[in-house]
Amino acid sequence: MRRKGVSYAKFGYIFTFPFVLAFLIFSLYPILYTAVIGFTDMQGLIPKPIHFLDNPFQNFKDLLFDNVSFRKSLINTGLLWIINFIPQIALALLLTAWFTNKRLNIKGQGAFKVLLYMPNIITAGTIAVLFSSLFAYPMGPMNSLFELMGWSDAPIFFLQDKTTARGIVAFIQFWMWYGNTMIILVAGVMGINPALFESAAIDGANGFQTFFRITLPSLRTILLFTLITSMIGGLTMFDIPQLFLAGGPDDSTLTTSMFIYGQAFKGSYMYNRAAAASMIMFVIAAVLSSLVFYLMRDRDAEKLKKAEKTYRKAAKASAAREV
Amino acid sequence: MNPNPKGETVTRRINKTIVYIVCIFLAVLSIFPFWIMFVNATRSTAEIQSGLSLLPSSHMMSNLRVLLDKSFDPIQGFLNSFIISSSATILTVYFSSLSAYGLVTYDWKLRKPFFTFILCVMMIPSQASAIGFYQFMYKIHWTNSFLPLILPAIAAPAVVFFMRQYLLATLSLEIVEAARVDGSGEFKTFNRIILPLMMPAVATQAIFAFVANWNNLFMPLILLTQKEKYTMPVMVSLLRGDIYKMEFGSIYMGLALTALPLFVVYFLLSRYIIAGVALGGVKE
Repeated sequence: MRRKGVSYAKFGYIFTFPFVLAFLIFSLYPILYTAVIGFTDMQGLIPKPIHFLDNPFQNFKDLLFDNVSFRKSLINTGLLWIINFIPQIALALLLTAWFTNKRLNIKGQGAFKVLLYMPNIITAGTIAVLFSSLFAYPMGPMNSLFELMGWSDAPIFFLQDKTTARGIVAFIQFWMWYGNTMIILVAGVMGINPALFESAAIDGANGFQTFFRITLPSLRTILLFTLITSMIGGLTMFDIPQLFLAGGPDDSTLTTSMFIYGQAFKGSYMYNRAAAASMIMFVIAAVLSSLVFYLMRDRDAEKLKKAEKTYRKAAKASAAREV
Repeated sequence: MNPNPKGETVTRRINKTIVYIVCIFLAVLSIFPFWIMFVNATRSTAEIQSGLSLLPSSHMMSNLRVLLDKSFDPIQGFLNSFIISSSATILTVYFSSLSAYGLVTYDWKLRKPFFTFILCVMMIPSQASAIGFYQFMYKIHWTNSFLPLILPAIAAPAVVFFMRQYLLATLSLEIVEAARVDGSGEFKTFNRIILPLMMPAVATQAIFAFVANWNNLFMPLILLTQKEKYTMPVMVSLLRGDIYKMEFGSIYMGLALTALPLFVVYFLLSRYIIAGVALGGVKE
């Protein structure tokens, strides 16, 4: 006798329930709460009744049009991201091309990967303080090195100069992440159908041609994914600039996350302004995420769905005609 | 030299040399700052200021004494970080595996929308909700508690995504059916049969979740104000303060102590970590 199948559908809900609950409490509610605070006059350490502002968008307007510090933080965040990402992706691609080139046959790749990835695993805060000690003035390891090599006569005050300070922050970011990017790209190349490389070799393509005509186009999705995750990571950059120079000199390494932190938790307790700044950041991150979501969508499934839809429509139309 | 019948051309040999030089330079660049850190942790401030050295000196204990005298408690920090990171890691991998299993095994109405939802929330930065989160925790008196640093780990969208991809590739639903025939309940099937099968993925994700929680600075910095609750990264920020202004030796010692556990973990597990990074990138 055949028993009617038991429906297990409810377990789908049960098994995902803890996730949903934790998300609602610890993510969604705080985000909505942050959004609400952004429209109010919530300030000061002692909680008092909060009111919505007469012009609800006042905080946002102040930030975007009148707050020099906030605008500077947005520009810095973008600038620091660009000057770390371009060399990072360039070096990662170069290393990928070398490591995956069968004709070069580089030995010791495993050891190189372990060493180049290493800075990524160490606490960013530790690295930031380490670099600020390395570049200490008047006497620190970097100044000693410059003197030893004969690159400078007098000690250099690296951390007082805006360009150098920004350069070092971007360098730390670059140095911590190029190994990570390289490993991802190498794995991506390994995933490309080897037949493509074989036929390229048979056709007499050289290393450059193979890399630019076959490797790069095949890596398109992974490159875009790397680009956007790096953009969101860059948008929230906090640990390194905060512990390296705390935003200085003259706010040249102040990022948006540091601005939010500074407004709310460093004595001024401007929760409403910090919340409005968070919301602006959230909107930027949401735009970037939807971009990645759009790029990573399952194209084949989509095509299939479309085809099915047109088929069904046609079937319906023919059925209607028959009636 | 090794004889090469096809003839390895001279240019290729030059190219190869350049590649090795660049790679060795980059490897040295990775090691150098940490080397200086560990060496300087054993040198006195006067020695550090007098010049660069690649060899350790003998002031390790005096540096350590100065460091510990000034409210820097690495053992407490280590314990706090360890409690938070290990609890958060266990929650993350268990509940993410559970959610992923629910997504892959059962045919429920909201399955597709739930997956879309996970993709959507994967990239929300924690900084975006920090103000509301802090106010919420302040109201329920959870600041200076570890709970707000641990419990949110239950919802880790990126890990669910990874686990789902893993299950899609490896899980055969026949195992689940067979367990049902044997009278195993759904939870028991997951805990006793599926979770052990998922161990390779769980281990990889556990390492990354642990390191990410260990290195987290923003949230603990906001929530923890009592010194005895500080995590390792928050303690690092103490080293930036005025109390260590000219005590370079002990600053390096403090940094070395915060980095040491990570180096140990990294060199024990580097093979798995590198493999994990590679897997994380192949998102298709």
